Amino acid sequence: MQSTSKAIAVEFHNVTYQLGQRPLVLNLNFKIEAGETLVLLGRSGCGKTTTLRLINRLLTPTIGDVQVEGVSTREWNPIQLRRQIGYVIQEVGLFPHFTIERNIGVVPSLQNWEPSRIQKRVVELLELVGLEPDRFADRYPHQLSGGQRQRVGVARALAADPPILLMDEPFGALDPITRVELQQEFRQLQQRLGKTIVFVTHDIQEAFTLGSRIGLMQAGELVVLATPEEFKRSTHPEAQAFLRARGEWNS
Amino acid sequence: MEFLNRYGEEILQRSGQHLFLVVTAISIAILIGIPLGILITRKPKLSRPVLGFANAVQTMPSLAIFGFLIPVPLIGGIGARTAIVALILYSLLPIIRNTYIGIMGVDPAVREAGKGMGMTDRQLLVQVEIPLALGVILGGVRLATVIGVGLATIAAAIGAGGLGEFIFRGVAVVDSQLILAGAIPAAIMALTADFFLGWIERRLTVKK
Repeated sequence: MQSTSKAIAVEFHNVTYQLGQRPLVLNLNFKIEAGETLVLLGRSGCGKTTTLRLINRLLTPTIGDVQVEGVSTREWNPIQLRRQIGYVIQEVGLFPHFTIERNIGVVPSLQNWEPSRIQKRVVELLELVGLEPDRFADRYPHQLSGGQRQRVGVARALAADPPILLMDEPFGALDPITRVELQQEFRQLQQRLGKTIVFVTHDIQEAFTLGSRIGLMQAGELVVLATPEEFKRSTHPEAQAFLRARGEWNS
Repeated sequence: MEFLNRYGEEILQRSGQHLFLVVTAISIAILIGIPLGILITRKPKLSRPVLGFANAVQTMPSLAIFGFLIPVPLIGGIGARTAIVALILYSLLPIIRNTYIGIMGVDPAVREAGKGMGMTDRQLLVQVEIPLALGVILGGVRLATVIGVGLATIAAAIGAGGLGEFIFRGVAVVDSQLILAGAIPAAIMALTADFFLGWIERRLTVKK
């Protein structure tokens, strides 16, 4: 690795993923620096989620190679790899038969932490995501609101303190007010935690709020990769389409 | 009253036989059916042949199955063993199918989250999928048991005893009291099993 640049957390080398004959992502080449938040922006079906799932090896590239911390995902033990990467999805996917406490403690308990250590960590995390531990630890997911559930989803992903966090439209199913609230809080959390985050969204406003860089995807390809400032000046037609949509939304 | 004096003891004895047939058959069917149902969620290619076989068994007339098994070596012959095998075959479909449906019906987001957090397939199955599918699986067991109690009356036709004895005898001599002596305890047994297993099922069903 070059000593001048920051450490690279994730790197895509000529990555293509095909389902049958159809490529879902095509020839991806980019690096994600440790500690940055890369937002993958694009329309539905453009390959954002596929890109994310290639990082924690829920998918394996058809061609090319994804490297996490310098090691190809093919060489990683997928179970070990996933336990080092937090994963938050839009539907949250909390286990309905587990209390909030157990839900958050899933990865630590998979890694055989002492119960007392897990419990301490859960309290810490509930406070971090703004839920009172006394009120929420013993509840079940169906007793929580959508916003509360997603807070738990974020806490669960952070439980074993993974260096990388993958987030797939985590706030997409929330009402607009809760969404903005969670975006703001997450922005602060981000600065405190300094994780490498890959965040998928189709909401350009969200991309600007959270991203240190924005990667715009179209039909399986990464067409723009830029800081938010650069992105605003992009002449790429798809970038312009997103910027226009944002303009209309704001006016 | 006089009837009960005369047949009370035999009713108890036949009920015992009946219960033995059903409980043995269902227990074995659970031991075969649940693992098989889990297996076909892991090997989707097997799901069609396995469910197809279980389905085919179910479409055969029950009396015919009992009859077919008599000449089969090892499992066949006259008596309880053959009846239990027939009952197992009949019970497999609801148990396999409900296990399969229950596990396949687990919210894909829950499975995705579990996998994404680094659960092995086994951990996902034991900690998440089976507990969440338990209500549905037990529904299959309940259905199999209720059907089994009814079907076991036919076991008497191949000399396996049970409450069917009364029914066959009653039919032969056109004595409806005798038929009821078999039918009523069987109905009570089926309703009790249904109620009891239904209660457990509700307790094990996870709220979403």
